[in-house]
Amino acid sequence: MAVVSNGTTIIDAGSLGASIASGPMNLLSSQTASGSANISFTSGITSAYKEYLFSFHNIHPATDGAKFGFQFNASGESGFNETLTSMYWRTYNNEAANSAGTGYVTSEDQAQGTAFTILDGGVGADADQCTAGHVKLFDPSNTSHVKHFIFRGTHYDVNNFVADVFVGGYVNTTAAITEMQFKFSSGNIDAGTIKMYGIK
Amino acid sequence: MGLISAGTTIFDAGSVNAGGAMTFIKKITASSSSTISFVHGSSSVVFDGTYKEYLFTFNNLHPAANACDFMFQVSTNGGSSYGVSMTSCYTQLYHREDGNSGQVAHRTGALNALGNSTGFQSMSTADGIGDDNDQCGSGHMRFFNPASTTFVKNWMIDFTHYTNDNASMRNLVAGYVNTTSAVNAIRFKMNNGSSDQNTDSGDICLYGIS
Repeated sequence: MAVVSNGTTIIDAGSLGASIASGPMNLLSSQTASGSANISFTSGITSAYKEYLFSFHNIHPATDGAKFGFQFNASGESGFNETLTSMYWRTYNNEAANSAGTGYVTSEDQAQGTAFTILDGGVGADADQCTAGHVKLFDPSNTSHVKHFIFRGTHYDVNNFVADVFVGGYVNTTAAITEMQFKFSSGNIDAGTIKMYGIK
Repeated sequence: MGLISAGTTIFDAGSVNAGGAMTFIKKITASSSSTISFVHGSSSVVFDGTYKEYLFTFNNLHPAANACDFMFQVSTNGGSSYGVSMTSCYTQLYHREDGNSGQVAHRTGALNALGNSTGFQSMSTADGIGDDNDQCGSGHMRFFNPASTTFVKNWMIDFTHYTNDNASMRNLVAGYVNTTSAVNAIRFKMNNGSSDQNTDSGDICLYGIS
């Protein structure tokens, strides 16, 4: 049963009406991998929010050492190959606590590249290994400016260490970004969930 | 009386599910507290598979002694015992009030970069939080899917504090709890390097992210 007041739907089908004020952070979509080649968000990235948060956890690769990453499509485009400029910095420590470091990784950044933005140094495929983190995409519908993104994530590396990874960059287009895809550099995403939130 | 629409509780017991993805669970305010613990099922704490991500916020945590590390451990048995093996890494940015020593540091050592250690994990290592009246530490910790019985438990911390030698420090710490058992409790405390110290004031809030 819906609740309608003065022509406005307050409640229907288990959720508040679209015009009803809700929290500043709203879950828009959730996808769970199961032997998936990729996880793609092909709807819901609109001008409704000025910031989108993609939160992922327990992302587990089918291929040992595969690198998790993302790319975008601008409106009307396909192929997930937008032009990006990005940086990559990480800190790590192994399980024996005898190999640790921090620094910029030039092999993982991009300068006007069209490849997937790499988010880790290679996730292990042991049964308990996985990666988790957050990507924030700012104002994807803006048609005047580039589209900034930032990432922080942590993963259980193929070489049995933990890494804390920071990535930032921009999609060098003034076209609206409407689609985003996550995948590993090789092999399927065996398991894990990615959620897309809109931030008011 | 509650209102349920299509199986979803819209409001019940005096609270409204207003559609936001971030749900407040519990606030604990320190008052000369030796530890601050969040145990699933105790004192209205939810820390299980209800949410796949939890956010702890640390607000104005003030130690009873100078130069304290603020630190945590987790439990897989409801807080009966703590100290589950963790591996972690630690980056620190700092700058002193006198304008010196601005830099990025990589922290290692027993409290900072754990290697499958059951010890406490610090988030405000040397120099620690000062105990002048206005000194404190604040920040966030994100803990992913503590109830998983398949994967390790990833976590990330972003914590900033006012040090005992008058610097601003930002601490970026991440790691995993190296167990496939569900984690269902976490505890926080202060330690000045020689002994445990109370947390005189401040609060920690726990949120679930839907």
